[in-house]
Amino acid sequence: MKIKYMILAVAFMCSSCSSETDSDTVVNLRFTHEWNNAVVTADDFGTIQYVNAFGNELSIERLRYLISDLTLTKNSGEIIPLNNYHLIDLESENTLNLSSNQSVETGTYANVSFIFGFTNNANTDGAYPDLNSASWNVPPMLGGGYHYMQLDGKFINNIGNEVGYNFHAIRAADNPGTNPSFPQDTFFEVNLGPLTVSENNEIIISMDIAQWFKEPYLWDLNLYNQMLMPNSTAQILMYENGQNVFHLNSVE
Amino acid sequence: MNKYLKYKLLIFVLYFSCSQDGKSDFNGYVPTPVTLEIPAVFEDRILPPVIPTNNPLTEEGIALGKKLFFDKRLSANNTQACADCHNPTLAFTDGRQYSLGIDDIEGVRNAMPLFNLAWNYDDRFFWDGRGLSLERQTFDPITSPIEMHNTLQNVVQVLQEDAEYQLLFEQAFRTTPIDSLQIGKAIAQFERTLISANSKFDQYLLGESPLTNEELEGFNIFMDEERGDCFHCHGSQNNPLWTDNMFHNNGLDTNPPDLGLGLFTGDPNDNGKFRSPSLRNLAFTAPYMHDGRFETLEAVINHYSEGLNNSPTIDPLMKKVADGGVQLTPNEKANLKAFLLSLSDVEFTNNPKYSQP
Repeated sequence: MKIKYMILAVAFMCSSCSSETDSDTVVNLRFTHEWNNAVVTADDFGTIQYVNAFGNELSIERLRYLISDLTLTKNSGEIIPLNNYHLIDLESENTLNLSSNQSVETGTYANVSFIFGFTNNANTDGAYPDLNSASWNVPPMLGGGYHYMQLDGKFINNIGNEVGYNFHAIRAADNPGTNPSFPQDTFFEVNLGPLTVSENNEIIISMDIAQWFKEPYLWDLNLYNQMLMPNSTAQILMYENGQNVFHLNSVE
Repeated sequence: MNKYLKYKLLIFVLYFSCSQDGKSDFNGYVPTPVTLEIPAVFEDRILPPVIPTNNPLTEEGIALGKKLFFDKRLSANNTQACADCHNPTLAFTDGRQYSLGIDDIEGVRNAMPLFNLAWNYDDRFFWDGRGLSLERQTFDPITSPIEMHNTLQNVVQVLQEDAEYQLLFEQAFRTTPIDSLQIGKAIAQFERTLISANSKFDQYLLGESPLTNEELEGFNIFMDEERGDCFHCHGSQNNPLWTDNMFHNNGLDTNPPDLGLGLFTGDPNDNGKFRSPSLRNLAFTAPYMHDGRFETLEAVINHYSEGLNNSPTIDPLMKKVADGGVQLTPNEKANLKAFLLSLSDVEFTNNPKYSQP
């Protein structure tokens, strides 16, 4: 009988020592993609079926991008980190889902946010073996570090030929070589606004791919298509167009 | 409960209590676990190797795999071993455009080199990715009618009749009789030990050896999106596997006669795509490409410089396709070649651990 009481006491102590409460939950996120309002998945790759705001007809053949510093902000202003960084690859289904590193209280939050790409401090060359293994690096001559996005596909150019484009976003760099310079930051913070976190729900974050080509810069793929990594002008235009590509689709 | 049942239960409990560590002895023998030694140039740069939990490395398994790899009895007429098309001194290639099978029939693909296979994170093998694990891919050449032209049943029977193999399989896998899955597991264990990581460029990365100006400039061309732009598919100083192990159409043909990945997936968007080979050990692995069409490195570089052919599935990463390629100057080509050769690893091709037992 004594043993039974001891077991019960230990079980009670364990549960009372836990920092989680009954209302704590892991935050589950899902990343979805659309072209204007049409859903885009890897099954849609390889077919010229999209028209950007300028009027270029194009396909998508690869889309990978990096987010970092994913956080929730409480109404009190307290910031809760959810994940350090995450590489999303539309051709790798498991990367489209992400669960937070820690549980959070259920309830309403003032904001969910992340960095598109890496901040300059986090963008340390070669520092992340998983990203190195994914060949996600930026050449040393452009300052090293990592890609923010690789969006590749084909478009119909102004003489009617189908040609490739590589919409690769990185930290903008000038003077490629041993001492490149950096005209301005091209990572950016994405703030998706308030949301309610409840148990077993899923936060759906969506990227509107069409927006990359839409505004404020009306992107003509005939002008900027390949070899955009060393082109700081193109990088800054991507940065400007990227400000509104993400939105909170729903919380299910 | 009768007293005999009691004793039976006691024996049963004792047997399983002795087996809890998962290493129950088989005729008193316990295989010795092996931890793959991670080369310094990989250790901090890339993810650890993939070792399946159902096929951990052991000294016995690796030794058995090596013996099988070099054993001609795996072929139907006892004339051909894995090593005949995967010669260790040629970084496990055979120097031919297409390998010859036991019936003197040529294959349709160039023999792929074998090294650093444990770092193929997606575990997809062959030029077209149809080998869905290192263990399973071993069955393909054994049973292919244009390669070793054998059956797994026959191989198992031949090995089962060999007392030495019986013992080696027992020691490696602690079961009898021999089965074909164990053959695949043993060969895969040996293949996972084939590690190449001591090229001149590796030594440069580790601060142990300088590069020539030509090699350094060649590396710059390799990493320059406006010139070589090789790094998107073939790794970098931070991914010294020198491959992404992904599938690309690199502009070889307007109408690819070999559909590659598309033949396996059935998806027309995959037609003409092949796995990026590692650029390590190019000094030993000519001829090049999935069909061995290029005899020299110069021909390979010329292809990317001015020989690209457009097709519906050509990878968008191929640059200036309308001009035939990235238009390197003769000097740039020479420097790029110098860099590529710095990725070759003589220690690997001369390693006695990998040679004929």
